[in-house]
Amino acid sequence: MTSALIEARGLVKHYGDFVAVDDISFHIREGECFGVLGPNGAGKTTTIRMITATSPVTAGHLEVAGLDVAEEPRKVKAVLGVVPQDDNLDPDLLVRQNLEVYARYFGLRRDEVRQRIDEALKLFQLDDRADSNVDDLSGGMQRRLTIARALVNNPQVLILDEPTTGLDPQARHLVWQQLRLLKSRGVTMLLTTHYMEEATHLCDRLVIMHRGKILVEGRPHDLIAEVAGPQVLELRLPPPERDALLAEFPQGDGVAVEQVEDLTYVFGGGNASAMAAERVGDPHRAHLRPGNMEDVFLLLTGRGLLN
Amino acid sequence: MTAFALTPDISFGAFRVWQRNRDATLRNWKTEFLGIAVEPFAIILALGLALGQFVELDSGEKYVEFLAPGLLALFPMFAATFECAWGSYVRLEMQGTYESIIATPISVDDVITGEILWGTTRALVNGTYILIVASILNPWLHMVDSPWAILAVPVGVLPGLLFSSISICFASIARAMSHFAYFFNLVINPLFWFGGAFFPFDAMPRWVQILGWFMPLKHVVDIYRGLVTGNLEYSMLGSLLWLAVVTAFFYVLAVKLMRRRLIH
Repeated sequence: MTSALIEARGLVKHYGDFVAVDDISFHIREGECFGVLGPNGAGKTTTIRMITATSPVTAGHLEVAGLDVAEEPRKVKAVLGVVPQDDNLDPDLLVRQNLEVYARYFGLRRDEVRQRIDEALKLFQLDDRADSNVDDLSGGMQRRLTIARALVNNPQVLILDEPTTGLDPQARHLVWQQLRLLKSRGVTMLLTTHYMEEATHLCDRLVIMHRGKILVEGRPHDLIAEVAGPQVLELRLPPPERDALLAEFPQGDGVAVEQVEDLTYVFGGGNASAMAAERVGDPHRAHLRPGNMEDVFLLLTGRGLLN
Repeated sequence: MTAFALTPDISFGAFRVWQRNRDATLRNWKTEFLGIAVEPFAIILALGLALGQFVELDSGEKYVEFLAPGLLALFPMFAATFECAWGSYVRLEMQGTYESIIATPISVDDVITGEILWGTTRALVNGTYILIVASILNPWLHMVDSPWAILAVPVGVLPGLLFSSISICFASIARAMSHFAYFFNLVINPLFWFGGAFFPFDAMPRWVQILGWFMPLKHVVDIYRGLVTGNLEYSMLGSLLWLAVVTAFFYVLAVKLMRRRLIH
């Protein structure tokens, strides 16, 4: 077992009376991609801000690479690469300058990082835009440049706060591909997202956060199998018809039903789900599909709680 | 906890922030410096020469000569103020520049110190330029009477730091760009007109003189007036001390306010 690069024990953050993070514990091992999944306001960004030493910890213990974040904020920040939720590239500097000036913040000399910057620009397909204004880049390019910038100090952990929020599907897939490439090179990553698909796609292990607490921790596919089950039945039927159908399910057999607007989800229905879908015979009204991360989330939080 | 300590937590990182501002400014140096280049000529012409024709001073000097130390104080004040009020607010709020820098080993205190040092640098560049212009025009306008005037450059560090710090304080509490109207109208404008640059304080009623003592610019102008005319007085040391104390106060305040804004 490799040692933890980030370790949080009983982490708490209060803003006045508001409890943003409520006694969470987790650890991130070297080389893994760890996900923090949750809706807006779950406490994801607050957790990240505590790890990056830009928000004081109210209570609990937080270590990065064996360093206490509260005691050694500069050393902690020196080993992290941070990709914030909103791109904060420097519009007063050119693309290449953004990386050079950022490297200087880490006390790195220009000749020391020249090669690394060249490689990063190539890897993120920005080498032909090295002398562009940042404002002239597309949203996807800006995101990639922000990720490239977070790598200039060769960080031990790359921290990504909602890395693909606001990107179009193509740009998102390109970012995913590059993150997978970084992962294959052994870069440790901490990723927050509210895209269930993204978490399943990239994370080795994840936690689901809701209202400042960790609800569950595990590997994405294990969580899906354990919580949502292999098959989920989606019903879009008028209530009388739906109720008649649900009445045929075996009672008290681990079957869970969630109603979200006009959609009814049936989890753990097994054969009964398959038979029900067949009987309705219309995939628009009764659709049997594999379970996914969204189902896990829905079951654990109850969608009615979200806005 | 070092990040939240009472004394400023400063490292070489402050210089990195200064370098960032230098690089960003040099990218647009033509636009940046065009304004600076033209400014003093306009005011020397309009106020010094045109308005000056109608002004008769008790001391017998020409108005443009009286105006010289004021110009040496005013333009650097504006340079530092614009950089650290409006410029800093843009970097803080619109561009997220501070946020991106404090994610690196650089502390909030470094960022603020670097910003203030950069504002001071701009003030110095500006002040030096005014001094050069005044010296070049000297055969005709006699704005600089003494070689002591050269000391106005190093002394300019103090007002540079002071006005940069005051401006950062305001940037840290501003919530919108429009709030700068308050700052420029209620703080900078009175300092501009009533700082002792345009009229001699001695001729004013007693209460105006007392009020003037609280005006930082008055102390700057007094020192420069002594240096430019060569009439050195001990009161100039008092003014220096006054500036040093007030500068230290606003610097520490700027750091604390900005910590509150960025670390929460």
